[in-house]
Amino acid sequence: MTDQLPALIIIAPLLGAFLTPVIGWRYRHLCRPWALMMLAVPVYASIGSLLRVISSGPFGYNLGGWAPPWGIEYRIDHLSALMLVLIAVIGLLATINAKPDVATEMRGKEPYFYTLLLLQITGLMGIVITGDLFNIFVFLEICSLSGYGLIAHGEDGAPMATFNYIIIGTIGASFYLLGVGYLYMATGSLNIADLATILPDLYHSKMILVGFAFFTTGVAIKMGLFPLHFWMPDAYTTAPNSVSTLIAPLMTKVAAYLLIRIMFTLFQPNFTISIVPVATILGWLAVVAIIVGGIKALAQTDIKRMVTYIMVAEVGYIVMGISVMNRAGLTGAILHIVNDACMIFCLFLVIGAISYKGHGREIYHFQNLNKKMPYTMAAFVIVALSMCGIPPACGFFSKWYLIMGTIAAKQWVFAITLLGSSLVNAVLFFRIIEKAYLAPPGGGTHGHDHEEEVIARDEAPASMLIPIIITAAAILILGPLSGKIIETVIQHAVPAIF
Amino acid sequence: MLEYILAKYNYWIYVVLMMIGLYAMMGKRNLVKKLIGMNIFQTSIILFFVSMGVKKGGATVPILMGDSHGHGEQLIQVADYLNPLPHVLMLTAIVVSIATTGVALATLILIYKRYHTLEEDEILAIRKEASAYKTLGT
Repeated sequence: MTDQLPALIIIAPLLGAFLTPVIGWRYRHLCRPWALMMLAVPVYASIGSLLRVISSGPFGYNLGGWAPPWGIEYRIDHLSALMLVLIAVIGLLATINAKPDVATEMRGKEPYFYTLLLLQITGLMGIVITGDLFNIFVFLEICSLSGYGLIAHGEDGAPMATFNYIIIGTIGASFYLLGVGYLYMATGSLNIADLATILPDLYHSKMILVGFAFFTTGVAIKMGLFPLHFWMPDAYTTAPNSVSTLIAPLMTKVAAYLLIRIMFTLFQPNFTISIVPVATILGWLAVVAIIVGGIKALAQTDIKRMVTYIMVAEVGYIVMGISVMNRAGLTGAILHIVNDACMIFCLFLVIGAISYKGHGREIYHFQNLNKKMPYTMAAFVIVALSMCGIPPACGFFSKWYLIMGTIAAKQWVFAITLLGSSLVNAVLFFRIIEKAYLAPPGGGTHGHDHEEEVIARDEAPASMLIPIIITAAAILILGPLSGKIIETVIQHAVPAIF
Repeated sequence: MLEYILAKYNYWIYVVLMMIGLYAMMGKRNLVKKLIGMNIFQTSIILFFVSMGVKKGGATVPILMGDSHGHGEQLIQVADYLNPLPHVLMLTAIVVSIATTGVALATLILIYKRYHTLEEDEILAIRKEASAYKTLGT
């Protein structure tokens, strides 16, 4: 049974997705339990895989029994096992969270919603688990296509944002496919492990260099790295809350995973260090991404749009950690993938709960929200502390490693940008916290002079509150645990050359 | 120079088609034209992959023939057969491109229902007007 775990991770949500419309045909209310069941399987299987990787090292799974260079191999090492657990858990929590939203906004469309949701999660996990370049393209398109369908359900501007996302997303995926083509032309192989042994002899071939360029550009589009981020704020702001909760934290992180895979597994680190100056380019793009993301976030009054610009900056963090090319930097980047996924996820959960309760998303709508939704706002404060890098929360630890990495690489501008960005985050979040906790009741604008208004508590429903509390607790727990995570998982994911 | 181009003309066509597609996606303001550009772009990649598998000099489809008794292994010359793998990959890519076109067309229907136009400039004008009206209202 445990031998089949890698296959279960993909098969359960994929088959679940196909059967959801069939079940929904007659028994619409069963769609949600069914989807939850099909998502619980990957949670179990991915945790099982992670434990197996920790105890006995990376392992492969030959799909259909075909041996690796020809058949498709699922390859699970420390990095992919960590990502699988992350995606599976966030996917499950996001599906729990979707219930009230779907019941109000998408009445009658539940089967299709859960089908696309399952396909989305299948795609994300497929990208991480597979060891075959073309298979990655297929999974990339599975999750992009279901993502387009989900985002288009959103508010007023959603179809237009979706169309722009389709165009730019297709360019990204096509560039990736072209990269696969060039590598296949030069080597005749599609298996990542096989390619990694063939490629070093061909590093100076122009074909390989062009292929690498296409790969990086394609993945950068999917990741929303500056200046290719312009599709991201529109798409994630207009998407339904339950959808951006799932896609926003995971899609960018999976693309970042893909970048790490391409730079450090498919190509040896010395290729990226000595032959192409990609690290320098990525590093400076990351600096601009952090600065532009911070400034644009400061300019927003709609909190959901503000979070999408914070994401632009957070992608910059991860890419910066990759680009400094040393152990501390890459450790920080991988840790930040995990931490940032939790933080962004929690932020979108909070925004979803607030919107569900009928409050607006503008900052002035947050006035006295701590009295109405104390638990939700407490979670929000925890995320805010984590984003600013206050020690017990997890954001501090990944930033610590990132800054250590930039100092070890003697990139002072990078280090200053990281520190400055924490300050910007502090401003961003404390202006909201101030509004929620410290503003006088009634705001003084409605003519209530000295009367204390009694504000009734009006908390989000349990299916929204439980994921919020779990995620907020995870943010606090992941911090002190990060030493343990690095020791057991991440240090094995960093290439030995560093 | 001309011979250089003619010797690998299919790759040149792929580059030209790809640039046409990119131009249409970036430069055109009509959403349907953008979608057509996307299709041209994807088709150019299919041409690239298919060209990759072709071999000149009498190579044929990779169906291996035994002797008349149905058994017996012949020595296989790789140069005699086309490489089928890129073509198979492209079958998947064609499916993906059809699915993308389908989703994009469905989105265009949504857009048309909402704005009654598919010109990007007009849609932006309508949205600007709407948001200005909204700010005025609050």
